[in-house]
Amino acid sequence: MRPIAIVGAGQAGSALAAKLRALGHDGPIKLIGAEPVPPYQRPPLSKKYLLGELERDRLYLRPETFYAENGIELITGTRVAALEAAEKVLLLKDGTRLACAAIALCTGADPIRLPPALGGALGGVYTMRNLADAEAMAPEFREGARVLIVGGGYIGLEAAAVAASKGLRVTLVEMAPRILARVACTETASWFRALHESHDVKIREGTGLSELRGSQGRVSHARLSDGTEIAVDFVIVGIGVRPGTELAEAAGLTIDNGIRTDAFGATSAPGIFAAGDCASFPHQGCRIRLESVPNAIDQAEAVAAAMLGQGVPYVARPWFWSDQYDVKLQIAGLNSGHDTVVVRPGDRPGSQSHWYFAGPKLLALDAMNDPRAYMTGKRLIEAGLSPERNALADPAIPLKSLPLSEPVEAL
Amino acid sequence: MISLTFLTADGTRIDTEARPGVSLMEAARNASVPGILAECGGACSCSTCHVYVEPGFAGLLPPASEGELDLLDFVCEPDPERSRLSCQITLTEALSGLTVTVPERQG
Ligand SMILES: Cc1cc2nc3c(=O)[nH]c(=O)nc-3n(C[C@H](O)[C@H](O)[C@H](O)COP(=O)(O)OP(=O)(O)OC[C@H]3O[C@@H](n4cnc5c(N)ncnc54)[C@H](O)[C@@H]3O)c2cc1C
Ligand code: FES
Repeated sequence: MRPIAIVGAGQAGSALAAKLRALGHDGPIKLIGAEPVPPYQRPPLSKKYLLGELERDRLYLRPETFYAENGIELITGTRVAALEAAEKVLLLKDGTRLACAAIALCTGADPIRLPPALGGALGGVYTMRNLADAEAMAPEFREGARVLIVGGGYIGLEAAAVAASKGLRVTLVEMAPRILARVACTETASWFRALHESHDVKIREGTGLSELRGSQGRVSHARLSDGTEIAVDFVIVGIGVRPGTELAEAAGLTIDNGIRTDAFGATSAPGIFAAGDCASFPHQGCRIRLESVPNAIDQAEAVAAAMLGQGVPYVARPWFWSDQYDVKLQIAGLNSGHDTVVVRPGDRPGSQSHWYFAGPKLLALDAMNDPRAYMTGKRLIEAGLSPERNALADPAIPLKSLPLSEPVEAL
Repeated sequence: MISLTFLTADGTRIDTEARPGVSLMEAARNASVPGILAECGGACSCSTCHVYVEPGFAGLLPPASEGELDLLDFVCEPDPERSRLSCQITLTEALSGLTVTVPERQG
């Protein structure tokens, strides 16, 4: 009997395999991953694991025995080299040809690297995606070491927080005029800038990296776009990812900001599905691709059902979190297309939330140390309800008593 | 080792053991206890690791943080006496014998 094969044993791949079994599928399942370890959580890589507060086996999403116990053949350390879409055949790196009943591509995303011409191949230059990346850079986190972080997105900021907490001297450069430029409003960016500056992180916005220089193959200096040069002991490049579309693209599948799927996770090739960071899908009249754990799990589970002919359209309920120092950021919704941001002070010192609106319609919120605001906002967004903006800005009006409306369309 | 019992929503009893230092959520994950989703992996951000702690043990547990209490207010069917987020309970030998019930629904 031909197996269902899942390419990529990450967050989405492992959820998909488990869900196939939970839904009663009793045929063979192969879960094939390039990394040498069982499926694990990535979020702690730039948080607790990097801080050294978590043992390696606590990163694993499921105990190693789970897969065999559930009849899931987990094949680690094996890259799928090619896909023959029409025949639903996978070619493994060692030459094995695997004919499948159906295939799910859960290939994640690859970090954008600094080109070797700019010093990207020097020793002491790291990206942050895999367990192997985190383990390679961990020994560099020595008190007093000078680290340059390139890129002021969430992963870069989290790495900066870990480094500053461990007593490193941290400089973070962001080419855009401000940190978090692609993902958050100026209010949230300012809030996190102040937080990092209070921990002595030097944030240089509107400043790109021009080149890394080294001696004896190891990085020693960074030249910045404003002409200054700084001495560094190591560098973390956090300038975003590209969806893992290589395999799909070579097989002729349609690519559209990731592997293009419909609401059931079906790609342009019959019997081939995709889920997680690598897949774009329809959402409220647009096409989006999300890079988050909740999406990887929920979409993978929806795709598992679709692969068994029990599918219902996947409806994303986007949310995300980030931990920096003792601040917990929780985000619900998608803020693209917003025209106003309402700032609401929280009930406790150091808590605050930023609510994104398009006209009267609530789109998203960022809540800093304010789980109540987060949960309230998340529920409202999912229910299509919007609080009245002036009331929201007034912390004297309790969250539970906010006047609500149901705007039909964003203006 | 610390012995633990999970009672799932459909009445199944899962007995397991865990080492000190891991969280109750991780112990549930390692024992493949259904119904504990733990989407955020223990970051106290998602509240999908909600459990009911059997009376008698509540006093032995570390008190819930403000952040945990905030999230617990929003879980499905909270019980002020028994609700906890399992990722926020670090296991110690003193908790051996702990019994918790998994709610019917998370989130
Ligand atoms: C440092 C870091 C911090 C993060 N923090 C958060 C956070 O706080 N909250 C949040 O929600 N999200 C966070 N994320 C994002 C989250 O981890 C991802 O969205 C999630 O892992 C996506 O799951 P996935 O299965 O699509 O991809 P992945 O987990 O990346 O898994 C894809 C797997 O496929 C494998 N693969 C690719 N191609 C092949 C091939 N041809 N053959 C075999 N195997 C292949 C890869 O090696 C990889 O193991 C973070 C990510 C990183 C890197
Ligand atoms: S696992 Fe997310 S709050 Fe416990």
